[in-house]
Amino acid sequence: MGDPMKIRAKLDGDVLDVRVLMAHPMETGQRKDGAGNLVPLHFIQTMTAQLNGKPVLEAETSQAISRNPVFGFKLKGAKTGDKRTDEVTVPTG
Amino acid sequence: MTRTLAFCAVAALVAAAPIPQAAGQSKPPAVERDTTTEEFEKFRVVLEADNPAELFELKGAELWKTPRGPKQTSLERCDLGLGPGAVKGAYVQLPRYFADTGKVMDAEQRIVHCMVTLQGFDAAALAKQPFSNETHTPDPVAITTFVAGQSRGMKIAPPQTHPRERETYAIGREIFFYRAGGYDFSCASCHGEDGKRIRTQQLPNFTRPDQAIRSYQGWPGYRMTGGVMHTLQWRLWDCFRQQRFPEPGYVSDSLTALLTYLAVNARGQVYKGPGIKR
Repeated sequence: MGDPMKIRAKLDGDVLDVRVLMAHPMETGQRKDGAGNLVPLHFIQTMTAQLNGKPVLEAETSQAISRNPVFGFKLKGAKTGDKRTDEVTVPTG
Repeated sequence: MTRTLAFCAVAALVAAAPIPQAAGQSKPPAVERDTTTEEFEKFRVVLEADNPAELFELKGAELWKTPRGPKQTSLERCDLGLGPGAVKGAYVQLPRYFADTGKVMDAEQRIVHCMVTLQGFDAAALAKQPFSNETHTPDPVAITTFVAGQSRGMKIAPPQTHPRERETYAIGREIFFYRAGGYDFSCASCHGEDGKRIRTQQLPNFTRPDQAIRSYQGWPGYRMTGGVMHTLQWRLWDCFRQQRFPEPGYVSDSLTALLTYLAVNARGQVYKGPGIKR
């Protein structure tokens, strides 16, 4: 079972307030496990959001972000009933 | 990790030791305005809108309806007290008496019972690593979070009609006031009167109905420290550890008794659902 992601969007006038909750360990590569071994680097590196097939956000993120992060952004020009696709790329290493 | 935690607990206990009051001072000092708590409260309100606990609720919901375990069945026939499969409002009406087991059970204890009896999971294996860490959230934790979320905005209403329910409450009350361990501590040492604190954190008095809700509120909770999801089973286990008590068994009857005492004290208060903790 994949880890869930939760997206909430609130339209206020013509501004859409989007909040994305992501389940992710966001390992910094500096943490050690119970046996003293380094836990390998594993974090969300890029994030893209599209509105009606058009990219509205591209983000490069670092390991400085917390585990299970919340990401919020606002965008203009969205309407009720618009389709969205979201994609989070999580390459290992 | 363990060593750091143990050290913090010692610091907490030292800070919690009662400060002798000046002679002639008959009235306890009023609870001082705590700016640290107030600031953190603001922070928590902002975070509550986007609580990662919701991710665990979603995961728990998935686990609830997925056929799993050696018997490949879902938990949709699990009776949490309101009939098989009824989840809405079940959490705030627990702990309660179950005729099939002949005892009072709390939410997580009942969920584990269902996982064992319906799905065929091994109780001992589930109890082996019952608490979340940075990399692993046990299934009962996620399922309990889901079940708790289904009582969001409802009043705490554990029944006290069956004699066993009243007896369990009385046992829980006994445990709450029972002083023992190397520090001669009881739950009541910290949570039995107004105006106590540990370091900068003010402690609720669980013998008062309006404050007893704070034993339930926020749990299951997402701890920002470490980013892990914990239930009341973990919270009470940690209370026992801080008091230097013997380790309580996971989903044991003692913890259920203590939870019954706390829940009954909080009766009528509104439960806001899984929370977020610092």
